[in-house]
Amino acid sequence: MQVVVQAKAFDAGAALNGFAAGVAGAGAVVSFTGLVRDNGGRLAAMEIEHYPGMTEKAIASMMDQAAARWALVDALVIHRFGRLAGGEPIMMVAVASKHRADAFQAAEFLMDYLKSRAPFWKKELGPDGATWVAARDEDETALERW
Amino acid sequence: MKLEVIYFAWVRERIGLPRELIETRAQTVADLVTELRARDESYDLAFADLASLRVALDQELGSFDAPLAGVREVAFFPPMTGG
Repeated sequence: MQVVVQAKAFDAGAALNGFAAGVAGAGAVVSFTGLVRDNGGRLAAMEIEHYPGMTEKAIASMMDQAAARWALVDALVIHRFGRLAGGEPIMMVAVASKHRADAFQAAEFLMDYLKSRAPFWKKELGPDGATWVAARDEDETALERW
Repeated sequence: MKLEVIYFAWVRERIGLPRELIETRAQTVADLVTELRARDESYDLAFADLASLRVALDQELGSFDAPLAGVREVAFFPPMTGG
């Protein structure tokens, strides 16, 4: 299992292929890639701040929880910070398992936890200035199903 | 005791600095918040609504009534928006 927190852009396709090439015994790989929404062309950039140290630990702990609940062969989380342009990948989750149900569920679990338990904060820069993205109630509620 | 206090996102912007070393006798996070709010208006404003804030103690999410004994690093930030 691997956690990558980086400022530089990544190629989601290449990352997924690399991950899938190293999961011997798996019969399923599920992945999710989050992109920067450009808000109809009004977004100039997104700035992501994070808590170095806690970020990596929090994500590793989510992966441990996922591995305890589902039969996983491997998992990968890549998450960027710093300045991003509209359309760029922000983050990616990939999960490999023997059968697909485990990978689908673990990927959703990891996404739900990354949304509101990994210490990242997004700021949108647009024509009207900069705005911190507010956490949504739905994201908090989403954790209750787990 | 000495505490490393770290601020993120709009908490950092309102207070005007990312981190500081604080000498305090606060027993709990709430005591520390009271102490910080008394400093000046920017701290007071940053901590005005605790429901919109989260706290981490030594990089683990915690609560405002948590004791500070043995803690070295306290971070204050708004609800996280990862993913």
